[in-house]
Amino acid sequence: MNLDGKKAIWANYQKDIADDKYFYVRSCVRQNFFPGAETTFLRMMKDVLHKDIFENPCHTSCSGIGYHSDLLPLETTMTVVARQFSVMNESGYENLVPSCITSFGLYTEIIDTWHHFPETLDKTREFLKKATGREFEIPKNLAHASDVFYKFRKEIKEKATYSLVNKQTGKPLRVVEHIGCHYAKMFPSKGVGGAEYPHVLVGMIEDWGGEIVDYPERRHCCGFGFRQFAVMANRGYSLSNSKKKFESMQPYEPDMIITNCPGCPLFLDKWQYTLSELEGKTYGKDGRGIPVFTFEEVAGLILGFDPWDIGLQMHQVGTESILDKIGIKYDPEKKYLGKNDKKLSKPLQPTFAL
Amino acid sequence: MNKSVVVIGGGIAGMETAACLAEKGVKVTLFEKNEKVGGNVANWHSLFPTIRQSTEIIQHLEKRLKDSSVTVITNTLVSNISKEGSMITVKGGDARLSTDAVVLASGFQIFDSKRKEEFGYGIYDNVITSSDLEAMMKKDQPITTKSGKPINRVAFIHCVGSRDEKVGNHYCSKICCVTGVKQAIVLRSKIPQTEIFCFYIDLRMYGAGFEELYREAQEKHGVQFVRGRLSEAAENIDGTLQIKAEDTLSGRPLKMKIDLMVLLAGMEPSDGTKSLGKNIGLTQRMGAFIKPADEHFSQNKCSMEGMFLSGTCSGPMSINETLSDARSAAQIVEQYLMNK
Repeated sequence: MNLDGKKAIWANYQKDIADDKYFYVRSCVRQNFFPGAETTFLRMMKDVLHKDIFENPCHTSCSGIGYHSDLLPLETTMTVVARQFSVMNESGYENLVPSCITSFGLYTEIIDTWHHFPETLDKTREFLKKATGREFEIPKNLAHASDVFYKFRKEIKEKATYSLVNKQTGKPLRVVEHIGCHYAKMFPSKGVGGAEYPHVLVGMIEDWGGEIVDYPERRHCCGFGFRQFAVMANRGYSLSNSKKKFESMQPYEPDMIITNCPGCPLFLDKWQYTLSELEGKTYGKDGRGIPVFTFEEVAGLILGFDPWDIGLQMHQVGTESILDKIGIKYDPEKKYLGKNDKKLSKPLQPTFAL
Repeated sequence: MNKSVVVIGGGIAGMETAACLAEKGVKVTLFEKNEKVGGNVANWHSLFPTIRQSTEIIQHLEKRLKDSSVTVITNTLVSNISKEGSMITVKGGDARLSTDAVVLASGFQIFDSKRKEEFGYGIYDNVITSSDLEAMMKKDQPITTKSGKPINRVAFIHCVGSRDEKVGNHYCSKICCVTGVKQAIVLRSKIPQTEIFCFYIDLRMYGAGFEELYREAQEKHGVQFVRGRLSEAAENIDGTLQIKAEDTLSGRPLKMKIDLMVLLAGMEPSDGTKSLGKNIGLTQRMGAFIKPADEHFSQNKCSMEGMFLSGTCSGPMSINETLSDARSAAQIVEQYLMNK
């Protein structure tokens, strides 16, 4: 494989990412599955990078799940998105940073549609005014949260306590990066590095000491695919997609998987449990699972945040192997302690320890 | 005939037009930007439909240029063309010629397959283009993977950079289908154990002998044709390639492991064709090929009087068509000079 070929493509797909003053919009599903990811992002933006980032409690779902599941008409979706922009406007911000890849893709798609079909923008303004009395302006800058950390990846590295290196061997951790489909597959020019060889996570991982694993099913969907999972009859298809990826990455013996999408870590993490129970098969080199992280969690880890503060106890596949490899200090006894050391119940053990 | 003509481009079209005009007594100067004449054909190993060696064509045309006393100026890029009264001034390097007519034979260039990012050309070791394969065959080197392993399975991908809205080329390059068939036959002859699959949109075997070659590829050489475009390629841990496509005849997705992938890259106007056409203000078409004055009656004329077109600067052509078009251009130029 010729890395120079990839570098040439990366150079063609760079984008403008605002320096400061961000309006943050959350993912619908993320706070349930990986609740530490978004709080870690906000904590880093404010306390580590010292940026002005604001979230308004009046913001809602972008309705992307409904849109991609064919439940909502496009006009409704556009109006919901317009309201989101209106909430940003009234908060005094111009740079939108969604936590969710699907939201990012949806905002990108709608802004592009308004650009090419201005009559749809006029209609949206009319619908929003009639429904809510609101008006709105399109964001000056739209960047996914992973774009923002990509922009500041070197600053994060400078402040980092740890790196993605195996402390015992001195070798870089082997990392599978998984990019959400809605990040750049629809609009390659809107993603750092384009759609085929995205650089957004590669840049972070390499700068933070890791080594990228490029495997044949790298571009394949994580298994979410909205209708694959949202329609119960299709869930076997969701599982088979995730399995296809695990089978493909296993020979490369990755240490971990890092994602930039709310749905992807969920499926790549939880389906490993399902596959182990169904087929008795695990995919990690050590006979366990392959730990899956969000990019915010990884950034928090290398900065020395407490693993349990960033929510790693919520992962299906245990993350301790990575903490040990990196040399991160943690207290196993505190894994299931909540706020003020409140004891949380421990999960049941699966048939196969992951 | 006491007239002069400048021919721009030393590919087979320029060579043929120049030789035909010089043989009629016209004083011809041919500009070629490269060190040698021959153009794209000089890089090719063998030609469809007869598997003739490309060197035969080039040597034949070189001899005619020499015998007819065409002045050949190589390593010279034409930088400007301007009309001054009934004469045209051509500037190239240190040369500045005033001439009665100019023949644009600046030709085509192979589509840059790196633009089809999903195929991994320039990234994956065993993804090559039809042009690369010809170069390997021309050197008579063994056809292996980059690491020297034997090749057991090859995929040819048709329409790379042609009929593709995504890269901005809506047109058909015409010659890639039969090039793929010819290369599959030659490859199969060189490595008989190799399985060969051609992925196509539809096969355009329009020329004499092309359909027969396609039939021969299937019946005699066992080449398999799959109707479907490739969606993506990726590299396996052992350096082989994984490709994905849809077999549109069976209506099923397809995943295949191969040792070598050959991209049948299409034709685009050369940089010279694009820049000269733009600078002179000629009417362009199909991504900056030069538009003929009339599709039926004046294929070799363009929107500027005294300027003529020869070969693939006006659109994709096979070698046979290029040579016919070049002779046609010579005839039209001769008529123009006689009436001038």
